[in-house]
Amino acid sequence: MDYSGFKVIYDALTKYRFVKPAWRDAQPQPDYDTIIIGGGGHGLATAHYLASRYGGQRIAVLEKGWIGGGNVGRNTTIIRSNYLLDGNQPFYEMSLKLWEGLEQDLNYNAMVSQRGVLNLYHSDAQRDAYRLRGNAMLMHGADAELLDRDGVRRLYPFLDFDTARFPIKGGLLQRRGGTVRHDAVAWGYARAADRRGVDIIQNCEVTGLRIEAGRITGVDTTRGPIGARKVGVAVAGHTSRVMAMAGLRMPIESHVLQAFVSEGLKPVLPGVITFGAGHFYVSQSDKGGLVFGGDIDGYNSYAQRGNLPVVEDVCEGGMALMPMIGRARMLRMWGGIMDMTMDGSPIIDRTPVEGLYLNGGWCYGGFKATPASGLAFAHLLATDAPHDTARAYRLDRFRTGHMIDEKGMGAQPNLH
Amino acid sequence: MMIPHPLLGLRDAREFTYLGDAAVIDRPDGMAEGAGDAFHDYLYLRDNPAGPHRELWYHEQGDRSWLVVTRDTVTHEILHVDLARDVALARWRGA
Repeated sequence: MDYSGFKVIYDALTKYRFVKPAWRDAQPQPDYDTIIIGGGGHGLATAHYLASRYGGQRIAVLEKGWIGGGNVGRNTTIIRSNYLLDGNQPFYEMSLKLWEGLEQDLNYNAMVSQRGVLNLYHSDAQRDAYRLRGNAMLMHGADAELLDRDGVRRLYPFLDFDTARFPIKGGLLQRRGGTVRHDAVAWGYARAADRRGVDIIQNCEVTGLRIEAGRITGVDTTRGPIGARKVGVAVAGHTSRVMAMAGLRMPIESHVLQAFVSEGLKPVLPGVITFGAGHFYVSQSDKGGLVFGGDIDGYNSYAQRGNLPVVEDVCEGGMALMPMIGRARMLRMWGGIMDMTMDGSPIIDRTPVEGLYLNGGWCYGGFKATPASGLAFAHLLATDAPHDTARAYRLDRFRTGHMIDEKGMGAQPNLH
Repeated sequence: MMIPHPLLGLRDAREFTYLGDAAVIDRPDGMAEGAGDAFHDYLYLRDNPAGPHRELWYHEQGDRSWLVVTRDTVTHEILHVDLARDVALARWRGA
């Protein structure tokens, strides 16, 4: 039954006696047409688009824990499409357009809130760089607005404009950017995929890939072997470990990124702000907590927790940007594991193993890409050809020299 | 995270800069057959294990030595530390 205002009233009047689980607790079948490893945002989005737009397949999503328990529930929920390079901008703009229609597509309230993303600049050189980026965005059909100091002051009068070590000179504003309730993204995609017959199998960890004569035939799991014609891997954070089961080494290091939330406050921060002089970004959740983060810790890690120097660095960034943040107490902090690639851009491609497909390397920007990643990966799985917007995300681009290095840092994953 | 420096004792990890997998000590021979592929693998591909990992840390805010630290990437426990100089010399003597 579709969710609607009528259903809310009906469920309330019947004291929720007729409420059903949003998706089935599916049991693994002996074989499928397509298996997607990883029941996070990207895996579930892939299943949804594969079932709804390409159709006619028996699809399973295998998740080692519970769906939405990984990075889709551990990020800072920001969506935007303010990229510079040709390989990236059309992809992220498609993602933002999909976010805009997501709730109608899924019949699920994901609380998509286009409250605006503002990147601050603090010097003439940085203004010029943002002007270049803004023009690139406009040319690809996204929206961008360069604000001067007074423009920023009108939006956010409480920022530290004058006395900071890095005075605020202005900012690049994308009004269509914003935030989304991240758990609802996982749940919404899961429910929509399940309604189209996708089996979402939780507590089912893949322990091996079955490969015969260079072709995938299925996977081994903690709940027994499952056959498949095609297997898509969407396990960002652990891509290296899963691909190692196929004997493949990846251009990826796994790093830990921390995120933080303050105690609940009355509405103080209407949009998303990023600090241009350090690495700090902040927004306010609908529950009232300030959600913020900064740099990755910078060393290989599979532990979902980080160290204190980054906590201090992030809080210093917050204090330099908006001193009033010092009055709020930090409530929680946590870490998530990121696939950091050698050029800071993702991979959506076939692999040397026939029938095995890879979606990974999202660095710490995977959440905003969720819908486009799902659609592009579904397109690849269904047609064996890359989606138009994801042609640049090739696995072999490091060999051929077609890196997409948005930050220009070179092959050093912890600098992207 | 504290790193037990072989010469200086326990030091805060923030004194160090992280480079990555210690396999980059083994630079391929640029004149050998198939050097292009070898350098691609050397520069871009990593084992990225969950568990013990040998990695290079540079004591930038200290004595500016390079260390080979064996660290568990799942627990952040540091299992062993050598001076990178000693590792490279041992390799050179062994070769």
